Order: sequence, then structure tokens, then C-alpha cells
Amino acid sequence: MTEKKPDKSHVTQMHTAPSAEKAHTGLNREIQVKIGQQLRAMYDGIVQEGVPDRFAELLSKLDKPSEDEGKAE
Amino acid sequence: MKLDPALRDQILSAVPSLRAFAISLSGNVDRADDLVQETMLRALANIHSFQPGTNMNAWLFTILRNLFRSEYRKRKREVEDTDGTYAEQLKSHPEQLGRIEFEEFRHALAQLPDEQREALILVGASGFSYEEAATICGCAVGTIKSRVNRARNRLARLLAVDNVDEFGPDTATRAVLAGNDR
Repeated sequence: MTEKKPDKSHVTQMHTAPSAEKAHTGLNREIQVKIGQQLRAMYDGIVQEGVPDRFAELLSKLDKPSEDEGKAE
Repeated sequence: MKLDPALRDQILSAVPSLRAFAISLSGNVDRADDLVQETMLRALANIHSFQPGTNMNAWLFTILRNLFRSEYRKRKREVEDTDGTYAEQLKSHPEQLGRIEFEEFRHALAQLPDEQREALILVGASGFSYEEAATICGCAVGTIKSRVNRARNRLARLLAVDNVDEFGPDTATRAVLAGNDR
């Protein structure tokens, strides 16, 4: 039992070379930051276009009493 | 119908983010705008079920998300084929991104499964909390977290591969894709 422990850790170390993993994590973090920036840049670019006329018009058209409602009152 | 002016203003001020959500989800500006219009019509027809004081944005995003998932999912393949139209239709594309980089990002985003894409956009761009995003998507908070993580990892893999290929033969393919607007 006590003999197996060092063996196991040795095997683990071989599978995950610490330096390589660290480099990979670093690269991944860099890409993650970039993904976040790109996503927000894309999204905010659209938000900044504001409200296209068709939607303002649609809302004011719908936000009026219809002819029928006017007659009923 | 006569709408409470406060609600009217809230709906109108939500339109820019609803469009950003819809365009990011569907990848097509015309289709996204139809989706936003349909969302507004549904919202007005069901305005009585909106509880004043609660988050109007989250309510509208829920309507839009459900519309997208029910109606637009059927046309998913079609939407993905419209590579190129999106950037051209947008009045401006993000200044801080180069055109190729922007196209690559968009292309990678379109390859995510719907549920991962919506979770990533809601949390990473729309600014909703994990809890709010879970309510909008009708799932558990843990599910949203894992979808966002999977989305980020998938995007990282897709974009890392793209970077390696930057000057490889794929550039020609990409140019053809970018020129194909239907």
C-alpha cells in the first residue's frame, strides 16, 4: 500500500507535464479574454444602432385606440 | 389599445438589446428584426401578464428566446447558410475588430448549439446574472453555468484552430465564403 503511493504520483506526473499544462492554461485564458471582448464588441455594436424606425412606428401605431374602440366610447 | 406610457418607454428602450440578442442568436439581421417585431406584438398582446416592478428586459428576452427556439429553430440550417450577409447588413461592425477576425468570431459563434449560444450571450454580453439567464431559458442555474463554460471552451477551440490556419489554404475558402451572400 505504502509502496503504491509514490508509483501513482509518478504516473500522474508523467501524464500531465506541469509546464505544458500551465502553458495551455495560460493560452486558454488569453483566448477566453479575447472571446469575451469579441462577444461584447459585436453585441454592443448592434445596441449602438439604437431603435430602427420600424419599431418606433410599430409601437406608436399599436399604441392608439383603434377606430372601433373610438366608436364604442 | 392604450398602453401605459411608462411601459411603452420600457419596451422601446429594450429594443436595441433585443435586436443585439436576436442578431447574435440567429446570425441574420432581417430575420432578427422580424423576431423583435413578433416579440413586441406578443408583449403588447400579453402586457396584462407583465408584473409592474419586475424586470421588463428579462420578460421581453424570455418572449424573444421562446419565439426563437420554437419558430426559428426549424430554419436553423438555412440561417447558418447565410454566412456573409450579417456583416454586410450591419451598418457598422465593431471598430476594434478587424473584418476577418469579426467574421471568424461570428462563424464560430454560429457553430455552437443553440442552448450554449443563448446562455453565453445572455451572461457574457447582455449582462444578465446566471439566475436571470436561467429564468429566461427556463432551466436550472447550474445548467446555465455549464452551458456557458462549454460554449467558451468550444469557441476557444474553434478560434485557436482558426488562428493556426490564418495564412494557410483556408484563407481562400474563407474569401469564397465571405463573397457568397446567399
